Amino acid sequence: MSKRRVVITGMGMLSPLGNDVKTSWEGVQAGRSGIGMIDRFDATDYNTRIGGAIKDLDLSTWLSPKEARKLDAFIHYGLIAAQQAVDDSGLAEDEALDKERVGVAIGSGIGGLEYIEKSVLTMDKSGPRKVSPFFVPASVINMISGNAAIRFGFKGPNIAIVTACTTGTHNIGYAARTIAYGDADVMLAGGSEMATTRTGIAAFSAARALSTRNDEPEKASRPWDKDRDGFVLSDGAGVMVLEELEHAKARGATIYGEVIGFGMSDDAHHITAPPESGEGAARSMVNAIRDAGIDPSEVGYINAHGTSTQVGDVAEVGAVRSVFGAHADKLAMSSTKSMTGHLLGAAGAVEGIFSVLALRDGILPPTINLENVDEGCDLDFVPNQARKSDVRIALSNSFGFGGTNGTLIFRRYDD
Amino acid sequence: MSTVEERVKKIVCEQLGVKESEVQNTSSFVEDLGADSLDTVELVMALEEEFETEIPDEEAEKLGTVQDAIDYIVAHT
Repeated sequence: MSKRRVVITGMGMLSPLGNDVKTSWEGVQAGRSGIGMIDRFDATDYNTRIGGAIKDLDLSTWLSPKEARKLDAFIHYGLIAAQQAVDDSGLAEDEALDKERVGVAIGSGIGGLEYIEKSVLTMDKSGPRKVSPFFVPASVINMISGNAAIRFGFKGPNIAIVTACTTGTHNIGYAARTIAYGDADVMLAGGSEMATTRTGIAAFSAARALSTRNDEPEKASRPWDKDRDGFVLSDGAGVMVLEELEHAKARGATIYGEVIGFGMSDDAHHITAPPESGEGAARSMVNAIRDAGIDPSEVGYINAHGTSTQVGDVAEVGAVRSVFGAHADKLAMSSTKSMTGHLLGAAGAVEGIFSVLALRDGILPPTINLENVDEGCDLDFVPNQARKSDVRIALSNSFGFGGTNGTLIFRRYDD
Repeated sequence: MSTVEERVKKIVCEQLGVKESEVQNTSSFVEDLGADSLDTVELVMALEEEFETEIPDEEAEKLGTVQDAIDYIVAHT
């Protein structure tokens, strides 16, 4: 069976750089940081007081009063990005659209943490009778996909893969396969996260995962720099409309790019840390390259997982060297997390969108705050400034707790 | 101090995401104001909190309209 081709025909995003794809992508090209002081709660007693928040978002523009009040913020963000992607795709104007052939795969790494915190405190203070009947549907992870199905009437496959920081990548990869295999013609796919809550920051902080550069938030996320000291936790969502190529052409859709490869693997090593060799990450990339049916030398750009942690950043460089050999010195690899921070379950979706736009516009996103490159980090990281480059194929990596790895490969669409 | 009617209507608006102008005394929570079964449970919880009372489940099930809720509160607080 030959694989059906899958293209991207719509995109939506909320990120610390802006509340849509255009503003966020402009921020990336300008090398802007979206990181600031946490103001969603009083973080005075926290070691880490910085994060990447969604700013100036008017929920009432996108959501009904009931949705705004009764759903956790991660569902708000996911639904808004989904709405933007659907609007962008023109699907709503396609009267011939068979909605039984349209599905949704939007996940989250953590889910409705803020709503869970609130409910536990309510129960502790006022007893079990005061726990809201909306607690479960407002906080469990598949409720972006569920609410999106209701909102758009999409009756096809509906799923939400949960794989920590690999969530967005896995959902997009799975959704692309669902189309390639013939189970759907169109899929909404991506991830969403809002974990910068009291418990979220406290827990990642306790795991010593977060940067404590509280006096310079915009410089805190600095992948591959000598002075990096952990990642910056951020909020947001990314959603793509994936569509079978002929289906997209038949309705005259704008095609942003093509998903040509998807690979997965696990480190089988440690619950939170990768092996120094990066061998699990390498296997994920190899699997994606095989799925794409390309030669490794065709990859021109890698959007790295690159979170700004000591071990992870070096391991990814080693992984890229082992997969690409001499070609590793010819390709470019940057981390847009240097600007957005780490959106956990949304990261792969947001970074997949940046990868597709890099191909479409011929612009490589920079790695900002790269002042002194660390030992063992010797690739072209596109330091500090975006750069023009006529790349045709981009690869996007995501690695998560549990050792789970995912890689997507995109190709510029110019047929 | 607002009347019971005003306070009940304010909570109905907040809980069900409807405008004040849509809420009549005769409005049915389900038929007119778009409440589902979860909304009605949470609405009763909000009324209990506002009026510092407990509404037993078998009584809560009988509260179909705004006026039903007002009458119950007036009789029991």
